[in-house]
Amino acid sequence: MSTAISELPYNPPAASPVSVARTRNLKKTYGEIVALHDLNLEVRAGELLALLGPNGAGKTTLVRMLLGLAQPDSGSVSVFGADPHQGQIQTRVGAMLQVGRVPETLRAREHIDLFSSYYPAPLPIAETLKIAGLEDIKDRPFGELSGGQRQRVLFAIAICGDPDLLFLDEPTVGLDVEARRLMWSQIRTLISRGKTVLLTTHYLNEADALADRILVLNKGAIVAEGTPAEIKTRASGKQIRCTSRLAIEEVRQLPGVLSANADRNAFEIQVNAAEPVVRELLRRDSWLVDLEVTNAGLEEAFLALTQNNAGQDSKKRSN
Amino acid sequence: MAATTFPVVVAAPRRSLARTIALYAKEAKYELIKNVRIPVYAISTVAFPLMFYVLFGIVLNSNNPADRREGATYLLATMGCFGVIAVSLFGFGVSLAIERGQGWLQVKRASPMPVAAYFAGKLVSAVVFSTVVITLLMTVGIVFGGVRMPVVMAAKLMAILVAGALPFSAMGMAIGYFAKPNSAPGLVNLIYLPMTFCSGLWIPLFLLPNGLQSFAKVLPPFHLSQLALNSIGMGMNPTPAWGHIEALIAFTLLFLGIAAWGYWRDEGKLYG
Repeated sequence: MSTAISELPYNPPAASPVSVARTRNLKKTYGEIVALHDLNLEVRAGELLALLGPNGAGKTTLVRMLLGLAQPDSGSVSVFGADPHQGQIQTRVGAMLQVGRVPETLRAREHIDLFSSYYPAPLPIAETLKIAGLEDIKDRPFGELSGGQRQRVLFAIAICGDPDLLFLDEPTVGLDVEARRLMWSQIRTLISRGKTVLLTTHYLNEADALADRILVLNKGAIVAEGTPAEIKTRASGKQIRCTSRLAIEEVRQLPGVLSANADRNAFEIQVNAAEPVVRELLRRDSWLVDLEVTNAGLEEAFLALTQNNAGQDSKKRSN
Repeated sequence: MAATTFPVVVAAPRRSLARTIALYAKEAKYELIKNVRIPVYAISTVAFPLMFYVLFGIVLNSNNPADRREGATYLLATMGCFGVIAVSLFGFGVSLAIERGQGWLQVKRASPMPVAAYFAGKLVSAVVFSTVVITLLMTVGIVFGGVRMPVVMAAKLMAILVAGALPFSAMGMAIGYFAKPNSAPGLVNLIYLPMTFCSGLWIPLFLLPNGLQSFAKVLPPFHLSQLALNSIGMGMNPTPAWGHIEALIAFTLLFLGIAAWGYWRDEGKLYG
């Protein structure tokens, strides 16, 4: 039962220095668009590594390359020390990919039965069904399942071969809160079984809830790396939006302002802490209107950080 | 350096022969089950040829018993071709276009599934569906159309038609690698309805204009239907069977070549 799984203790294992997958100076362009830009990444045995980034950051491209489904323009990819395209490597890897349509007339159990047959030493089907929480719906055609149930079937397909390394590409995209929590507990089950997981997501809270280590990817490059606590601190920025008579240059000079842009007649101001800046803005411009403070999106937060501290960032990463 | 920190690759156990056979069998089994459960597939591949056969071979056929029997026998061979072509183009072409275009093939390629198993599964499904279609046509022909032929001849006709699944699966594969998922069913209809008509599967070729008769020779269904008709002594001319077999082999290689081009393009080795 799914409830039993969510009660399993979550003991993140100590990070081991052994790397199971690695990319070197990976480059990929699609026409004009640079999908990956000189990307170096290392996945360590037993860890859950989250690749966090907005849509179009290059997460899926990277996963596809680690799976041997796409060729880099230059640079190299190795998984378990070899080319991921090799059959011997593929039997040790499982993948949950974003897919437009899955054959709808096959039942959940049938999909798992088929994928299990691809692996040399698969889990018993009953166990796969149990881990993925599909026991009650195993005989339903895929087309009749809800979004969360469909994701669980795709999850089951990824784990049925009992692989050592799992790639989960946006496993909870489009799921409601409850389905997301269930998926999280299932992912933790994998970690407690000693699996290595690379997960992509554009939710910071998801990376925070699951990961040992987070890489933030933006426009095909890693812009930040750290533990969830480190990343959260750095992504805690706010965005202030207001219409003001002040000159944009003056706003940029205010203490605590990371960056400011004029969007028509409104200002968009990136800051770490909103209150001191708002106080100062109101003091200088009593005509200020349309004030809005929001949590900066990841993209804004990291763009602001990388624009301001580009030098520091690269120093920090090379440590 | 990179190499030193990697663990030595522990080779996963190789798949045993028994497991490999089981894998191929499962792939074929589930491909078949998947198709059987799609109403549109079952209707367009089994019901249509059967319907046309009943219409042209039984209902609208001549009242003269000898002519009637000849017509029903002739159409058994040509509608058999029509059925096999539909089964192959829809089962291979449309399903490949959809699974490829909507990401399912990627999921399978990310697993250790041998690619050959995927295609073998679709071929087996096409062969099984073809056998079912032809068996149904033969039953209708014998019961309602007065068709009579020696068992050996019927078996030979069946074998030729079912073997026709091979060139047309190759054609389906070529279409599947270049058609978009949404337009694939329409495209297949647009190709195979005119193609089968011009090859003389609907109306015997000798009743069609001369220009069309020579054009038919460049269409693969013409060669399959002539092979089938030859086997029951109703071929158009005494062209040796080998000519048609060679033509079908050539078409198969051509389509496989096109499919291989699409395959490598997808693998990102030609265009990145």
